[in-house]
Amino acid sequence: MSNGSILKRVEIIFTDYDKVNEIVDKAVKKSNTEIIGELLESGLRGRGGAGFPTAKKWEFTSKQVSEEKYVICNADEGEPGTFKDREILTQVPRKVFAGMAICGKVIGAKQGFIYLRGEYRYLLLNLEPELDAFNEYLKQIGQDFQIKIFMGSGAYICGEESALFESMEGKRGEPRNKPPYPTEAGYKNKPTVINNVETFVYALMICHLGAKKFKDLGTTDSRGSKVFSVSGDTPKPGIYELELGMSVEKFVDDFGDGDTKAVQVGGASGFCVPRKKFKDTIIGFEGVPTGGSMKLFNSSRSMFNVLRNYLDFFVEESCGQCTPCRVGCQQLLKGIEAVKKGEKPIAYLEQLLKLANTMKIASKCGLGQSVGNSFASIVNNFKEEMIY
Amino acid sequence: MTEIRELVKSLADKYGRERESLIPILQGIVLKENYLSEEAMTEVARELDLSAAQVYGTASFYSFLDTEPRGKYVIRVCKTITCDMHGKKQIVRTIEDLLKIKVGETSKNKKFTLLETNCLGWCHEGPVMLINDQPYSALTVEKVHSILVDYIKNR
Ligand SMILES: Cc1cc2nc3c(=O)[nH]c(=O)nc-3n(C[C@H](O)[C@H](O)[C@H](O)COP(=O)(O)O)c2cc1C
Ligand code: SF4
Repeated sequence: MSNGSILKRVEIIFTDYDKVNEIVDKAVKKSNTEIIGELLESGLRGRGGAGFPTAKKWEFTSKQVSEEKYVICNADEGEPGTFKDREILTQVPRKVFAGMAICGKVIGAKQGFIYLRGEYRYLLLNLEPELDAFNEYLKQIGQDFQIKIFMGSGAYICGEESALFESMEGKRGEPRNKPPYPTEAGYKNKPTVINNVETFVYALMICHLGAKKFKDLGTTDSRGSKVFSVSGDTPKPGIYELELGMSVEKFVDDFGDGDTKAVQVGGASGFCVPRKKFKDTIIGFEGVPTGGSMKLFNSSRSMFNVLRNYLDFFVEESCGQCTPCRVGCQQLLKGIEAVKKGEKPIAYLEQLLKLANTMKIASKCGLGQSVGNSFASIVNNFKEEMIY
Repeated sequence: MTEIRELVKSLADKYGRERESLIPILQGIVLKENYLSEEAMTEVARELDLSAAQVYGTASFYSFLDTEPRGKYVIRVCKTITCDMHGKKQIVRTIEDLLKIKVGETSKNKKFTLLETNCLGWCHEGPVMLINDQPYSALTVEKVHSILVDYIKNR
């Protein structure tokens, strides 16, 4: 149980705010090969969840031949339990803009967009003047790149990159088929780099600090650090920048309340780790990946309620475009309620698990494909709570 | 020119008349009118040379682009798990009692609409609600009470 040991705090994302102009000045003088090389060496992988190597994404897009290319910052942050992008945009917005500008230089784009979720509209009050000043700065130093903000309007699915492009194009936020990938055909079907807010800041800081400082943190599969959003049953909820690759046990030692029975890693679309697996589960791409959401539950909580809350979320947020996800989410929710009420036998849970697995295979996008993550990990680890 | 026609025209002048301008324009209408009336959507369709179905199709997808009349102040209480664990139900009940409306309803004087919504990104300070764009976090029954009394009396 909690012995109160403290994990090392990392300070990369929120530091050196006074040096942003300097970092940009230096970076734009480097060659594109140099910047991509540095990113590749650092091992940086996307911080939005899927973990695609950032260097590769930028490199692929830089090689596309097109008059028009775009850099898009994904600030849709809708995953339950994630609030780090809001904090980054509140505290160090210019670092985000600067990361985007460097990306623009590398891939040869003139226009960047920040897709900001509607729930964060209040941030505009600060972001807009900050952004105007930064755009002005880019003009001053002769960089042909400008950034605009596009507001979302309350749809979790618009965080999925292709749905986000559709939304920016004035349409329903319905994910597209892949391939083609955004590096080839993204916003307006032009080559596009889309990265998470945090990814752009790490890219900037790797240009500044060098690959080594980043690479020395974390593990082979999960280099570097990451900003975690910690909530639930914890004495110290909030934002923490930590090294990747720790075990859930170490995390709970630091953040638990002494009675942690489960940690949901990665939000509603992530995995539930029960106490007996804390020791052997690594937080990172080699174990349970996370966009940053870490929710702790103590023994007073009903995991049935947790799962029902997540399924309710998915029922509402599924775009409804494909049947496995649209109908699957509804059936899973109805199904666990029926088992709980005794209207269906316990064995029905097995059928629901099969359905969740089918959704993983047959759904069109990451939303439907990942409902089964939380579903299976909660049902399998807390079966009694689903029944009694 | 009707008022809504003028509003749509001024928004189109500001954001452009391409398909990519559609959502900013619809957002601009909601900021002013609190919701998208049929008249407003028809007007947007005309101004952008789209079909009304295309405009409605887009609008109806987004939870912040309301196509039903809403109050001047839309209250959205987060119902996702952490806020739920930290007393969201009591917060909702307090608001319901004070404003004499249920979740999903608008007060008779058209001043308030009460809704529940998914994760607002404040889990470390739940329960939380938005009133229009403004977030209010670390809510208690007393805090919610005093915030709403202020809206009732002073706005
Ligand atoms: C349903 C769904 C929601 C998503 N929401 C977000 C989000 O809010 N923010 C984000 O950065 N990525 C989100 N993603 C991942 C994006 O599709 C994309 O992979 C990411 O923005 C790429 O950036 P990265 O490589 O820097 O992580 C979501 C994916 C899915 C399937
Ligand atoms: S999996 Fe779900 S969210 Fe994704 S396209 Fe299909 S219905 Fe839409």
